[in-house]
Amino acid sequence: MMVRFVSIRMARGIVTLLLMVTFAFVVLRVSGDPVRSMLSPETPAEAIAAFRKSWGLDQPIWIQYIRYLQAILHGDLGQSVRDGRAAVVVVAERIPVTLQLTVPALMLNIAIGIPAGLMAALRKNSLTDRILMTSAIAGFTIPPFVLGLVLVLLFSVELSWLPSGGSGTVAQMILPVITLGIGGAAVLARFTRNAMLGVLGEAYVRTGSAKGVPWRRVVINHAFPNAAIPILTIIGFMIGNLIAGTVLVESVFSWPGLGSLLVASVLSRDLAVVQCILLFVAGAMVLSNVLVDLLYGLLDPRLRSGADK
Amino acid sequence: MTDIPAMPSTMPGARKETRRSPAVPLSIKLAFGWLVLMLLIGVFASYLSIYDFKALDLKARLVPPLGFGGDTRHLLGTDELGRDVLARLLFSIQMSLLIAFGATVIGAVLGTTLGFLSAHYRGWVEQIVLACVDFQASMPFLILALAVLAFFGNSLPLFVALLGLHGWERYARITRALTLSANSQGYIAAVRQLGANPWRIYFRHVLPNIASTLIVTMTIAFPEVILLESGLSFLGLGVQPPLTSLGNMVGYGRDYLTRAPWILVAPAVVISISTLSISLIGDWFRDRLDRTP
Amino acid sequence: MNQTPILQADGLVRSYTLNRGVFSKGQTVNAVNGVSLTLNRGETLGLVGESGCGKSTTGRLLLGLEPLDRGSVRFASELMPDIKDPKWKTLRTRMQMVFQDPLSALDRRWPIGAQIGEPLDIHRIGTKAERLERVQALLADVGLRPDQANCHPHELSGGQRQRAVLARALASDPELLVCDEPVSALDVSIQAQVVNLFAELQQKRQLAMVFISHDLRVVRRISHRIAVMYLGEIVEEGLPDEVLHSPLHPYTQALVSAVPHTGRKQKRVVLQGDPPNPASRPSGCTFHPRCPVARPMCAEIVPALRAASASRKVSCHLIDAPEQKEVA
Repeated sequence: MMVRFVSIRMARGIVTLLLMVTFAFVVLRVSGDPVRSMLSPETPAEAIAAFRKSWGLDQPIWIQYIRYLQAILHGDLGQSVRDGRAAVVVVAERIPVTLQLTVPALMLNIAIGIPAGLMAALRKNSLTDRILMTSAIAGFTIPPFVLGLVLVLLFSVELSWLPSGGSGTVAQMILPVITLGIGGAAVLARFTRNAMLGVLGEAYVRTGSAKGVPWRRVVINHAFPNAAIPILTIIGFMIGNLIAGTVLVESVFSWPGLGSLLVASVLSRDLAVVQCILLFVAGAMVLSNVLVDLLYGLLDPRLRSGADK
Repeated sequence: MTDIPAMPSTMPGARKETRRSPAVPLSIKLAFGWLVLMLLIGVFASYLSIYDFKALDLKARLVPPLGFGGDTRHLLGTDELGRDVLARLLFSIQMSLLIAFGATVIGAVLGTTLGFLSAHYRGWVEQIVLACVDFQASMPFLILALAVLAFFGNSLPLFVALLGLHGWERYARITRALTLSANSQGYIAAVRQLGANPWRIYFRHVLPNIASTLIVTMTIAFPEVILLESGLSFLGLGVQPPLTSLGNMVGYGRDYLTRAPWILVAPAVVISISTLSISLIGDWFRDRLDRTP
Repeated sequence: MNQTPILQADGLVRSYTLNRGVFSKGQTVNAVNGVSLTLNRGETLGLVGESGCGKSTTGRLLLGLEPLDRGSVRFASELMPDIKDPKWKTLRTRMQMVFQDPLSALDRRWPIGAQIGEPLDIHRIGTKAERLERVQALLADVGLRPDQANCHPHELSGGQRQRAVLARALASDPELLVCDEPVSALDVSIQAQVVNLFAELQQKRQLAMVFISHDLRVVRRISHRIAVMYLGEIVEEGLPDEVLHSPLHPYTQALVSAVPHTGRKQKRVVLQGDPPNPASRPSGCTFHPRCPVARPMCAEIVPALRAASASRKVSCHLIDAPEQKEVA
């Protein structure tokens, strides 16, 4: 059961990656003659022909596609136009910089979102619940770039407590991580509250408390583990939002990560780098989905034991 | 008895609700009011402003708003080129609404059509659509959109079409699932054996039956498209000058954050309150529809 | 018979594949396994059997709503065209279906009148005014009030909905009607009214009708002839009174004895064994595992549907044909 479950998910992940590669290939070819966009208009005809030949552009489209796949499998994703180095290298050196933002932000999501959601669920309809949920709605409806700028205006411009941009010091990390973390925390808080309320209404929880099991233990031992499964799923979904948010937040705080690189590459039409980032993001999404599925399997005893039909 | 109830099946909690219909909370009223105001601005923007949003006034650059050292000539101040911020704001609201509306409709039409196609043909057509749905759902759309903009460059029609690709997978998924269940239900089989062609089956029978679900999906997608548009425009990759949109105003206002924060604050506030209003109303509707204790 | 039958089905086979996955080839199940029948103009054939015996599938095959795996259906002496053939579509005006659950057979967003007139819209019969007039006439024919044309399905009772479905089926003035359990979803108290309506309209319009039901009493009221199905095959066929008063096939005997009946002295035959599963079709006579009088030969030799008298057919080794006596 477990093996089957994971292998199906893996296969889906591979299909997603293949689609991503195909998407990049199709968009690249449809968007115009690559020769025209790479060489200047004054290039002599024979130079163009030689260029075509050296890139395999004189071949039928499906041979180009196969070659393209082969090149990607060999890790050859072309050269950055702006930088002159291999696109993979340009992208790879930005990855740790971005992770410095996303990993703390994800931890912030979880550290704020789950306790807030639990608190709201356990005190349903209380003032705490209302305040938490109203701020949660505000938290995920305010776009990250607006929130980031408001924070800059407040803490950098007015109060001069924290720097408004750049990277390297811990002080410079604080505002971007908060900006990136708030939205996800709000989503998670709302979701945790709903999942907990769902579980708390179930018969086994009510039975437990009716039997005299202390309420704290009912919540910790019975209710939360069951709510954890849907919560985990939503965290998997949130990673996509986190990546999208990174692009905006890095732009607001001039954080030299993947997001800034993507925006700069799009503006200068550095296609090799854009394509490389696309593949990296797709890979990250597939990987995180597989991880979530594995954790899911560990949390759900029906999947773990294989006793299920 | 003579009246025709609109939707018999969408009232699961109706029994409980009729007992005590709670008053509409103030926050919801305010949210409704705000959205109505935005729609009015969207429709009548060009009549409301005394200035042209593109008119430069280099003698009155970076004038602060009324109450912050400015005067009644420019209620919300002016920007770095002396353009009236209020005029730009009104036009931006119109632009953002127009783009979001167009994109939402494109997404709904595209997704619904693909959903119908996959439910009708099944087999490999369905598999391809489902693979694309999975793909779209697993990738952050902002990244895909950036990639397309990198490859194709930017123009307004392309931008709207691109935003229209956002969320199509939800309509496709919903339409496919609902059509499959409708197909297995009697009324579609009945109409099919009457000799009806697929066009009649899907657009005259299935579509009216699933319209309410699709409309709810559209109201969820709409604020997302506004956020996406403003995000891309903020990055300078969406609406291009001399046109302007809310995100575009925030993006260009960022350079004057310290000297003239008003350029940026007004559109930022409008974006936040609008999306907040839609979320509040959406939540309120959902709570009312399924109030399960 | 001096007239040509309106419907002639010959050796119909329809199989489905179950449980097909990526790794398993799946099982082939013959839902209908060699059904032959004929239907004359103005005649009602009752098709009886337990649920899952293939009677509904047979109904759909007769109308050409599903592809045949083997066999042929002829309507008015012409082979049933393929479902993609434009001729298939025009044939819909001449043959119609009435469904089991009238609420699900009607679009809940359309008013009844529009749904009754929909066949006229689809096949472009008459002008707009003529269609409206025809819908009114149909409403009257099936016993609905003219103002009920504006009602939505959920505003009608079950019986009224089935009347509306019947009106829609009759809109294009068909020659053949296949009714798939048309009253079993209705309250027992109104079943009789609706059955009477079917019988009355059948006579008035000289419809050829296939009336599918699991309820012997309902079928008996309306049919000119009865065919009993078991596991996708017809096991007995004859006039209603013959079949119900002196059933020949052991399965029919069991069915008949299961009908509650006052004052009958007959011993009740209770079937042994599991209900039939078309996925594991028994060898020989498909009924032999449950048959109270089965002999060893029944497990080996498939009995043919043979004439037992001028008006009857039966497929059982234990019933002697009147003239031919040799057994396999």
